[in-house]
Amino acid sequence: MANSTTAKVKVDPRDAKLSMAHFFVAFSALALGGLMGLLQTLVRSGKWELPWGIDYYQILTVHGVLMGLVLTTFFIMGFQYAAVSRTTGGHSNAARRTGWIGFWIMLVGTLMAATMVLLKEASVLYTFYAPLKAHWIFYLGLTFVIVGSWIDGAAQIMTYAKWRKNNPGQPSPLLSFMAVINTVMWIIATLGVAATVLFQLLPWSLGLVDTVDVLVSRTLFWYFGHPLVYFWLLPAYMCWYAIIPKIIGGKIFSDSLARLSFILFLLFSIPVGFHHQLTEPGIDPAWKFLQVILTFMVIIPSLMTAFSLFATFERYGRSKGATGLFGWFKVLPWGDARFTVPFIGMASFIPAGAGGIINASNQMDQVVHNTIWVTGHFHLTAATSVVLTFFGISYWLVPHLTGRKLTKAMNKLGIIQAWVWFIGMAFMSGAMHFQGLLGGPRRSAFSTYGGSKQAAEWIPYQIAQAVGGTILFIGIILVIIIFINLAFFAPKGEEEFPVAVAENLEEKAPMVFENWKLWLGIAAALILFAYTIPFIDIIQNAPPGSKGFQTWSKW
Amino acid sequence: MHMHKFEKIWLTFGISALVVFLTVVGVSAFYLGNKPPSCLTTINVDKVDQTKPFDKPGLHKVEGKDWDYELVYVAAAFSYNPLKVEVPVGAKVKVIATTKDVVHGFEVAGTNINMMLEPGYVSEYTTTFDKTGEYLIVCNEYCGAGHHLMSSMIEVVK
Amino acid sequence: MAKAELKTNQKTEIENSSSLKGTLASVFLLGAFIVVTWVSVYYLFVERF
Repeated sequence: MANSTTAKVKVDPRDAKLSMAHFFVAFSALALGGLMGLLQTLVRSGKWELPWGIDYYQILTVHGVLMGLVLTTFFIMGFQYAAVSRTTGGHSNAARRTGWIGFWIMLVGTLMAATMVLLKEASVLYTFYAPLKAHWIFYLGLTFVIVGSWIDGAAQIMTYAKWRKNNPGQPSPLLSFMAVINTVMWIIATLGVAATVLFQLLPWSLGLVDTVDVLVSRTLFWYFGHPLVYFWLLPAYMCWYAIIPKIIGGKIFSDSLARLSFILFLLFSIPVGFHHQLTEPGIDPAWKFLQVILTFMVIIPSLMTAFSLFATFERYGRSKGATGLFGWFKVLPWGDARFTVPFIGMASFIPAGAGGIINASNQMDQVVHNTIWVTGHFHLTAATSVVLTFFGISYWLVPHLTGRKLTKAMNKLGIIQAWVWFIGMAFMSGAMHFQGLLGGPRRSAFSTYGGSKQAAEWIPYQIAQAVGGTILFIGIILVIIIFINLAFFAPKGEEEFPVAVAENLEEKAPMVFENWKLWLGIAAALILFAYTIPFIDIIQNAPPGSKGFQTWSKW
Repeated sequence: MHMHKFEKIWLTFGISALVVFLTVVGVSAFYLGNKPPSCLTTINVDKVDQTKPFDKPGLHKVEGKDWDYELVYVAAAFSYNPLKVEVPVGAKVKVIATTKDVVHGFEVAGTNINMMLEPGYVSEYTTTFDKTGEYLIVCNEYCGAGHHLMSSMIEVVK
Repeated sequence: MAKAELKTNQKTEIENSSSLKGTLASVFLLGAFIVVTWVSVYYLFVERF
């Protein structure tokens, strides 16, 4: 009975407006970034060249920045803002104002960075490794995006804090708790990238200092770079844990274990950046291995998640009378895009996760480091698991926020879209993985490398990637059609914001999970443990700094 | 907080597998010497050409060391020096490389020789070239407009 | 009588619906996949110079 009343709970229209503003930016980034992705795969097939002096590395920068930073950050902030509103009863005027300020600062920053990329003043890719020196406006724009996201995230934290104050001794609503964990992780993580941009790259690009310490900058970047990918993943996990069970008509397997896994993500997502720097010359191998061990710790909450999801599905299936070992699998609601689209994302996380364990395995990284295997890997994690889940979320959240209905036709198109995506990605990511094992480098335009035999073996895989990229672009067109329909044209009505309840309601989540002093303290201790000594080493043993270079092609 | 018996079984298995993985790579790295390239030596990036051993790029026979040859590379946008070398099969070689400008990659395709070259740092990796053939060296870290043209060749010969 | 019957029915239903055999099998298939892919790439690492 409680269900039927909660089903009608709507996100406050004023909050809905801010969430939608985020989604317009996110889906615009997706459309443009998707086009860039298509062009890249076509160039690398060797069968086509970019017109009008457009440069491969420029569109690669656009693709990376739009997909990795703009689409994700805007979608996640919009989704979490709505989820907190839905589960706490709405944001206050102050929180809403804070959210809007954050949104606008992020948008201005995005436009500043985008302008510099279009002017070929910043073809430095989204990792902007020094000593490649972009225009200072590019770095300032990135600073705005980060600071804006802090303010945007603060809105969620304010509302969470108010709920806690009004409901003493009560565990907070699961979705709000998860959103706040992700926002807090994001704030801790972005301190690293903010530090390198503000204290190193910005003064250096303005000419206030002549040189930059490259390894310090890279280390600060990767302190941020790994939790960044968990920042993308956790909203997908929010959907899988706390929303999908409601959509299929089941229950959350365990509210407490879901919270525990999010706590583990907060603790172990950050002190692991060295696993992106395993083949770098300036970091002690013992400290690399220590962070490899910490990286393996962050696999554990994903193992827990896999179990919980299967258990939710099996419990639901058996309640519907399914029998046998896998009978429950057949009775899942495959005709419902809200379930099937994220499900394909979940399934993709199996090869994605397996690949990730390989990447993090210390010296095994030498087999795959900076090969196109890595590109294949994060096109399964971010560009399939995460993004398909985001699509699945938007199919009910956008009509919920705009007061419309997901029609049968759009539901069907959503399912088709996900299969198109899956097939395109199987071609593209699959070919990338195999080409990577043969040594094919990532982030490279078409090249025969002087007629090398090895490079010739890579070309068929590059053609397969272009085939996959083309199919994926069809997927982009479909999802944009659905988004525009749901935002502007779908029939008026009420679409549910599904929020699941736990199987065992008597089992209250332990209040220790909401003890932020404890978790922030442990997180800080782990970060200091993993980074203090190697970071002091890096600074003390630093070589003379590097002056800047602009080695990319200009207009 | 209650945990289902099957979940305990699964997590025990999963965590054990992770411990086994870590033990295998840990023993391989620290006992058998297969650590990822971590030379920890610095160099003045503006004086690479005057600094040993980078004043003489190429393959050099050495005596009285744990390895038979040193293979020295200098990378700069967008080429490696030397462009081609022949290495006798079975030779134990220390590959030593650095960059004169931006960050580059140094990957000998189809082998485990895969390391970052960063301004101010020397990168090293020692291995035995035990299979004949042509091996392409590619830059696998974006370095600018000619990134995809930056390559070199190692021929491992009888 | 009727009451007792109802009770047993309910109990078996809960037992059926609470079986997680399929979940255990699924996660172990997942675990096997992870181990196989990891060992394959480790083999590549050992085999290459």
